[in-house]
Amino acid sequence: MNASATPIPVKIVVAGGFAVGKSTFVGSISDIDPLTTEAAMTKQSEEVDDLGDATGKKSTTVAMDFGRVALSQELVLYLFGTPGQDRFHFMWDELVRGAIGAVVLVDTGRLEHCFPAIDYMERAGVPFVVAVNAFDGVLRHHPEDVREALDISPEIPVLVTDARHRAAVRDTLVGLVRHAMTMAASTA
Amino acid sequence: MTESNDENFRSFRVRPYLLTGGRTRSAVDLPLEALVRTTESGHAALGTQSRERHQIISLCASPQSVAEISAHLKIHLQVARVLVGDLVQEGHVATHVAKHETASARPDLRLLEQVLDGLHSL
Ligand SMILES: Nc1nc2c(ncn2[C@@H]2O[C@H](COP(=O)(O)OP(=O)(O)OP(=O)(O)O)[C@@H](O)[C@H]2O)c(=O)[nH]1
Ligand SMILES: [Mg+2]
Repeated sequence: MNASATPIPVKIVVAGGFAVGKSTFVGSISDIDPLTTEAAMTKQSEEVDDLGDATGKKSTTVAMDFGRVALSQELVLYLFGTPGQDRFHFMWDELVRGAIGAVVLVDTGRLEHCFPAIDYMERAGVPFVVAVNAFDGVLRHHPEDVREALDISPEIPVLVTDARHRAAVRDTLVGLVRHAMTMAASTA
Repeated sequence: MTESNDENFRSFRVRPYLLTGGRTRSAVDLPLEALVRTTESGHAALGTQSRERHQIISLCASPQSVAEISAHLKIHLQVARVLVGDLVQEGHVATHVAKHETASARPDLRLLEQVLDGLHSL
C-alpha cells in the first residue's frame, strides 16, 4: 500500500436467511480472517441509560462479520454479512448506506428464507443480485426456477455461486458490480 | 466501580459508553467502512493517550475502517465512532470518506469500473 495515500473504501453487503453461507462467502475472498463488530441497538429515544452499562441493564447488541479485500493500491472492498434476524433490520440501513449493492444468498432447500432480504433491498432501492448457493456443488433448482418461485423481476440477475470457493465468490461479486453499473447508467 | 485493565476481562459488553463519557454520537459522520489513518500529530501525541485512544492511533498507522477499529479493540461500533470522531477533531487521525458517501449516494460508474478491474485482477 502506498504510504502517502489512503485508499478509497467501497462496500458490498451479503444478505440472506439464517445459515445460508453468508460468513462462508465473505471468508472465501477476504484477505484477512473475517472480523466481527458489534453494535448496540439504539432505541428511538436514544437515552444513554438504555444502552446498557455495568449495572446489569441489558442492551441488545447485534454482531456483524466482515472481510476486507484489497482491489488495488487505491481501492479496498469491505464485505459485510447481514445479521439474520428481522429485529436487526435497523442495522441494515446502516449497512446498505453508500454500498455498491447486495448479494442475496439463497439456499434452494429453504427458498423462502431469503424473502425478507429481497423485500428489503427492493424497497430500499439497493442494487442486488440473487445468488443461489450450490451447497456441496449440488444445484437442486435451476436459477430460472428460483426466479419464478421467488417472483424476481427480469432485470435482477439470478446467479449460481459456491460460497466456499473464492473464484465463484469473485464471479458473483463481478455479477453484482456489473448489475450496479447497469443501474447507475440507467439512472444517470 | 473499578476499571479492570486485564485484557481477559475485555468484552464488547463492558460498559460501552463509559469510554465516551456517555456520549453516543460522533462529532464526525463516519460510515462503517470509512478509513481512518493516523496523522503526524497523532504519532507525536501517542505517549499521552488513554488506552483506547492509544490503540486507535497505533492501529491506524496503516488505514483501518471504523468497523475494523471496533472489532480489534472489542468496543461497540458507536463507541469506536465517538472516539474516532474526537481524534479527527483533534487532528490525530484523518478519515477518508468516498465522495459518494457524503452525498449518501451510491458509487458512480467510474468508481464501479475500478472495482470491476480490481475484482478481475484477483
Ligand atoms: N456443504 C456446504 N456447506 C456450506 C456451504 N456454505 C456454507 N456451508 C456451511 O453451512 C453452515 C452455515 O454457513 P455460514 O457461512 O456460517 O452461514 P451464515 O449465513 O453466515 O449463517 P448465520 O450467520 O448464522 O445466519 C456452516 O457450517 C458452513 O460451513 C456450501 O456451499 N456447502
Ligand atoms: Mg454468519
